[in-house]
Parts: sequence; structure tokens; C-alpha cells
Amino acid sequence: MATMRLTVNGKTQTYAGDPDQPLLWYLRDTLRLTGAKYGCGAGLCGACTVHVDGKAVRACSVSMGTLAGRRVATIESLEQDGRLHAVQQAWIEEDVAQCGYCQAGQIMAVVDLLRVKPNPSDADIDALTNLCRCGTQMRVRRAVKKAAAMLRRPA
Amino acid sequence: MNTTTMNASRRAFLAVSASAAGGVIFGLPAISRAQNPTPTSKGAQIGLFVRIEPDNRVFIGARNPEIGQGSRTATPMIIAEELDVRWEDVTVEQLPLSIDFTGATPAWRFGDQGAGGSTGIEEAWADHRQFGANARWALVSAAAARWSADAATLATRDGRVRHPDGRSLSYGDLAAEAAALPAPKIPAPLKAAKDYRIIGTPRRVTDARDIVTGRARYGLDTYEADAAVAVMLRCPHLDGDVESFDDTEARKVPGVLEVVKIAGPAPSEPLAANLAPGIAVVATNTWAALKGRAALKVAWTPGPHASESTASFDRHCTDLLKGNGQVVKNDGDLDAARAAAATTVEATYVLPYASHAPLEPQNCFVRLDLKAMRATVIAPTQQPGGIPRLVMNLTGIERRNTEVFLTRIGGGFGRRLTNDYVAEAVLIAKATGRAIKLMWTREDDLRHDFFRPAGHHRLVATLDNARTITGWHQRLASASKYYRRANVKAENMWQPEIYPDDFPARLVPNVRLEWFAAQSGVARGSWRAPAHYANAFAVQSFLDEIAHATRQDALALRRTLLGAPREFDYAQHGGPKFHTARLRGVLDQVAAGIGWGRKLPKGRGIGLACHFTFGGYAAHAVEVSVSAAGALTVERVVCAVDVGRVVNPLGIEAQMEGGTIDGLAAALHQAITVEGGRIQQSNFHDYPLLPIREAPKVLQVHIIASDAPPKGCGEMGIPTLAPALANAIFNACGVRIRTLPIKDQLRRALAA
Repeated sequence: MATMRLTVNGKTQTYAGDPDQPLLWYLRDTLRLTGAKYGCGAGLCGACTVHVDGKAVRACSVSMGTLAGRRVATIESLEQDGRLHAVQQAWIEEDVAQCGYCQAGQIMAVVDLLRVKPNPSDADIDALTNLCRCGTQMRVRRAVKKAAAMLRRPA
Repeated sequence: MNTTTMNASRRAFLAVSASAAGGVIFGLPAISRAQNPTPTSKGAQIGLFVRIEPDNRVFIGARNPEIGQGSRTATPMIIAEELDVRWEDVTVEQLPLSIDFTGATPAWRFGDQGAGGSTGIEEAWADHRQFGANARWALVSAAAARWSADAATLATRDGRVRHPDGRSLSYGDLAAEAAALPAPKIPAPLKAAKDYRIIGTPRRVTDARDIVTGRARYGLDTYEADAAVAVMLRCPHLDGDVESFDDTEARKVPGVLEVVKIAGPAPSEPLAANLAPGIAVVATNTWAALKGRAALKVAWTPGPHASESTASFDRHCTDLLKGNGQVVKNDGDLDAARAAAATTVEATYVLPYASHAPLEPQNCFVRLDLKAMRATVIAPTQQPGGIPRLVMNLTGIERRNTEVFLTRIGGGFGRRLTNDYVAEAVLIAKATGRAIKLMWTREDDLRHDFFRPAGHHRLVATLDNARTITGWHQRLASASKYYRRANVKAENMWQPEIYPDDFPARLVPNVRLEWFAAQSGVARGSWRAPAHYANAFAVQSFLDEIAHATRQDALALRRTLLGAPREFDYAQHGGPKFHTARLRGVLDQVAAGIGWGRKLPKGRGIGLACHFTFGGYAAHAVEVSVSAAGALTVERVVCAVDVGRVVNPLGIEAQMEGGTIDGLAAALHQAITVEGGRIQQSNFHDYPLLPIREAPKVLQVHIIASDAPPKGCGEMGIPTLAPALANAIFNACGVRIRTLPIKDQLRRALAA
């Protein structure tokens, strides 16, 4: 295929490979951005959640061929100049992680949720479909609320 | 600080050496010797148990694999406490596998490096305190030498040695001198518990920042420069085989390097390597390997279990229970109790196969050098100690020439106690001559697991006129967890299925346990809390059925059975003693927490359950509502746990929450089923994890304060959830759940 360009974490990348390759393997194998995890390969678990043009997507289910000119952001871009994003900070404060494997995806999904719903209700949180095998769901809920409060607080 | 002198329960030696940066390393003598023979080893760079640098940074090694159980936080806390440093100054490093093969029998250099049976904390408690204290004492001795003072007059706090006159030196200041001193006389004094400043205080996951920034490295994040990616298409038929395959199209996929057939074990023979035969596709990258695999054309031979199905297995168990089984416990005279009974209560409980489904699928990196006869393995495994032998058996490489490195691990739950995927990677590396990063897909992981055994539990209780339980007969037909193990005799296959000293042994005068060997081609293994999950469900559900049948209060019945505080011998894992009062303690805690006995509106119910698991005592109380149409909502969960002295309360709380959620997902949704000799489930759409919307909004965890030596908490939180839930459901709507998972049973029952 023809070479295409996309932006990943603010850097322009060129891609001339298989347009059917899922974004996840490009991020991990080619760019070595391994924060997005493989969990199911079918868009069911969300461990691979990244942002495309600011919206949360499952990187295992997005083909490279659809990404010409798009902006991709991964968990690695969330920390800015050594400062954690409020969602990351809330995650640490609520001690959410157990094994931690799903957490980068959870955090990326919640960053997008709080963009759309700065003051999420329990029902909004219930709409999250990221899966956790260890059972951090209660702490995820608390961390989402804490992050929302941190983001609402004037800097 | 105040000290008490304690005799170490086991020898705790100390070796002291200098770090490259001019600091001090505290290790074990065997390790210090071992650094030089293998200078290429990453182990030497990673360091030993404690490293203190001149800039006061403190590095503490974690020996157990971290699967989410919190070991990398809790076990270094024990060393940090006795070392008397600030936890904030500690960086935890993962220790590689280290076994000393120089003696007559292999010996752990760092202690047991497995993760299973909730033993990590217990074992760390036994040696880490002394280890930290010895390292502290070396630093105190260095200060004493510098000051020409009597070491006994010096105190420590927050990583500084303090002189009575007010002077102080940081450990970093003393590191180089400590490194030059001879090893101190040991055992050094241990702290008194009242002086603990780290043990017993809530500490967050030590790797939290790496996890939330995506920097934490799991097995699948291993990207060695020379690695080719392998995926494998395994035979989907239980004990089936590859009849023929055509790899023409697979080899055309750009990036595909090789396609090789990997033989499996002989049907029903003991399993010493990989679980299933198949075709491995090796490629330059993951996507090419996956595409290549999708292009394979394979004809399979079905194997000897082609007619097995879940329905046939259930019929098989039902038939078995009509006969006589192997009596594995027979206290008192059950037949006499039965003849004299005023009331008899009977029920049968059915549990399915379950998958571990850790979110990180199996994977392994292997590099073999068959000229130099050396191997490197990087694997997410709960059982690293078995890998050198596995590699030796498959390649001839001597055990001491296999290096094993541990990554952070995306969940374990018992799945990674079996190293079949490591064996696969070794076999593929050997067949291709390449360094291999093997990756399993989710579908691979769900279909080729060592599943939690399925079984049917038939319980019969007899009661006298005073409604006292006089006889207890549990008859279990199950496919034993001892799946194709070479060293297990047929007469011992029951041992992992039913634990004879479990409740209500000795609390009821006449107890008989009987096991029936169900045959199945489904691979079985250890699933979180192994048989406690099924047995607690059966026993704690049945107690409520007895209470209901004889019009007794379910809590009062349990209290009566537990009786006065007593201590019994407990011969299975988690013993040697079982204390009735500690089980009563957690039971009372959840009963109070849930408000047992209060009046509830129609459609609401509460239920409770308690159980002793691997040395820990746990109880759940659950409040549910069930709509007229059978919609179930878990309103509130209260749990309590007594695992002895609390090392990290935040970690214990996490494990109890995790056990609760895991228990809920398993009870509500999860079953592995078989049809035509094949596992039917393939991904999270048909083997669901618990979505956040189904997690309880309110979950309270009570941790019982205790001076008893600490036990782990990885498994204690799961067995009591399902029976407490089932009991709550019965109290809410009158439907008794006897088969797991619950799925749509309530809707169907209430519609009828």
C-alpha cells in the first residue's frame, strides 16, 4: 500500500505496512509503546484502549488502514513533563491496581469518559466496559470520582 | 528503637559486599559466590536482597512472582521494617530465579520463589525479618566502629544510626564501611511488634507509578532484539492430534519465517511438557504470526474423548453417586446416626469447570544456545523453580545453565503454576533454532487451560429431636485436579478434591466423606483456593438448607456448631491448627456488619457463609434484591478476614475485594462447557468477567487484628462469596441455587 502518515503521541509516523494490521501491534511491535496491552483481540476487554483523535478506542480492533491523518495517543503520553494526569494520580491514591495489566486501558477509557462527562454519575461509570480480572472494580469507581473532583478543582 | 532478641526459626546468614556505586549489598553467602561464575547474568546487576547506595537509596529484592497478590509490596515491607528505613526511600527490585545446584540437592538461594497456596507472606515472615535485622545490625556495627562506640548503645530510625549524644549518620554514609566489615554475628535482635512503623500500616502498590504510566513490564512486553514471534494453532479436540496440515498459504504471509509441527503428549500419559499438539507459526512480528496462523489448513484427529460433553459428564457424576465411593473420612457411626435420625436433609450441588482467564494470556521468551548448552527464559510464571528442570528435560541443558527472569505478571489465579507454555516455547525454539517469544491469544488461553475441576456434591445431614446435627455425609464425584500426574497413585486422587479436616469435621460426631473418581478428558489444575471454592459452596449452602428445613436461624446454627473456642488439628495445607473461635470471629463480624436479623422488604435477602482456607479465616455476608421477574442486584457485601498479623492492610483489603469480585463473576456467569470433546468457550463474550456495573456499590472489608503469625490472603477471599450469595438469594425469593453458575436460573425459576 501507499505510505501514509499518522501522529502518535505528537510525533508524525509513516506507515507502509499491512493496512489490516491492528493498531495495537503497530504500537507494540513497531513503536515499542507497550502500555496498551493485549487481552482479548476482540474489543471485549479494553486493555488496549488508546485515543484516536481524542476518543477512546480499542487498539486491537482498529486497522492501520483507517488511521491516515489521525492522531493516536497512548498511555505513555498522559504524563506531561513529569506531572501525572489527574486520572493517573487518582489511580495511585486509590491504590487501584492489583496485577495492573488492565489499568492503562482503564485509565485511557476514563480520561475519555471525563472529557465527555466531567461529573460522572454512577450510571455513567457503569457504562464503562473495560474488564478487570483481579477485581479492582470498586476502586476504579472511587478513582473515577476522585479524578473527576481533581479535574473540576480550579488549578 | 527497642529490641527484643529472638532466636531465628531458621538459619539466616548474611553476606556483605560492595555495590558498584560504592554502596553496600546484603545477600546470602551462596549468592555472593555465585555472582562471578556467570558474569553475563543480569542477576548480578539486579542485586540481592538489600542494596544501600551512598545517596541513601535503598533497594530491596522481592523474590516471589508478582501476579497481583501484592507480594512485591508486602514482602519488602517486612525487610524495610527491620532494616528501619523509610518506606518512601525503598525501591523494590524483582529477584531472578536463583537455585544453587552445587550441592547434592538443589537449594533455593533466596528462599522459595513460587506464588501459590497463599504462602509468600508466611515464608517471608519466617526469614525476612531476621534478614532485615541482620542488615541493620551491620550498619549499626559500622557506625559503632566509626564512633568507637558500643553498638548496643546505638539506635536506628528512618535509615539513620543515632548515637546517644545526638550525633547520627545515614545508612548511605555508612554503606561503604559496612561493606568492608566482616559479616556481623547473628542473629541480630528483632524489633518488638509495638515498635513497628511499616508492618501493619497501609502501603500502596509499590509499582503504582509504573503501572499508571504504562511503564510496568509484563511478560508480553519482553522485546528481545533476536526474538521471533511464535503463535501456535493447537488441537481443539481433547487429547486429539494433528492428522495433516497444509502451510502453503501461511508461508506466503510476509514476515512468516517458519511453520513447524509441535508434537503433544500421548493421550492420557503424564504431562511433562506442553499440553496439546499443534502447528507453530514463527514470524518477524505478532501480526504476521497471527495472519500466518489464520492461513493454516489443519485436519485434526479427534482423540479418545470425542463423545464427551458437559451433559455426558453430569450424567456420569449422577450415575457414580448411585454407587459406593472411596471413603476418605469416617468419624463416629454415620449409619447409626442415620437410623436414629428425627430429620434427614439432602441436597446436591453442581459446579462446572472454570477457567483462570488471567488478563495477560500465556507467553514466554526462550533463547537456547545448544552449542554452549545454555538457556535464557523470561516468563510470567507462578512456578519459576520448575523451569530449569523442564528445559533440561527438553534440551539436555543442565539446570544450572538456565537463567530464569521474572516479569510482572498480568494475573495468575493458579494458571501459571503449570509451565506448559514455557515448554512450548522451548520446543519451538529448539525446532527452529531461533530465540522465540511465544504468545497465546485469548482463545488459546480459554481453550487450553488447566481448568478448575467440575463435580457433583451430594450432602446428607441427619438431625435429632433437638435439631442438633448428628450426622454429615458428603459424597463428591469430581474429575480430580491431579490431572495426569506421574507420581500420584489412583487411591490418592481424592486428595486435592476434598479436605477431610474441613468444617464440620469434629464439630459433628458422625462424619463420612466419600469420593468418586469421575473420568474426563478436560485438563485440570489449581484454580484460586482450589477445592475450597467448591466445598465451601456446597457446605455453606447446605447449612442454610438444614437451617431452613429445621426452622433454625442460619447464623445461630453455625454458632452452635462452632461451639466454645477450641483448637483442632488440621492436617491439610493451612494447618497445623484450626481455631473455632477465629472462624466464629469473622462470622460474627459479617453478621453484625450486614445487620443480620433485621426485617427486610419483600424481594430482599441477606445470606452469610464462613470458611477456613489455607490458614486464613474468612466470611461473607451479602444483601441482594431479586425482582419479581428474577433480576438480581447485589446491594451490599460485607466480608471479614483473619489472616493473623496484618502486614499490609491495603493489600489484604484489595485481595478480599478481588476475591469477592472473582467469586461473583464465577457464581453468576462463568462455566467452561464441553461438546463433542471440545471446549466451547473462546473469549470474554462467552466467558464473561464481571463488568463494573455488576460490581457491588458497597463492599466493606473487616480485617481482624491478631498477633498470630501472618498468612497470605490471595485465596481466602473467594470461597465464601458464592454460598453467601446463594443463601441471600434464597432468603430474598425462595429460589435455592444448587448449580453454578447462576446465569438466568432466577428468571426461569420465577417465571415458572
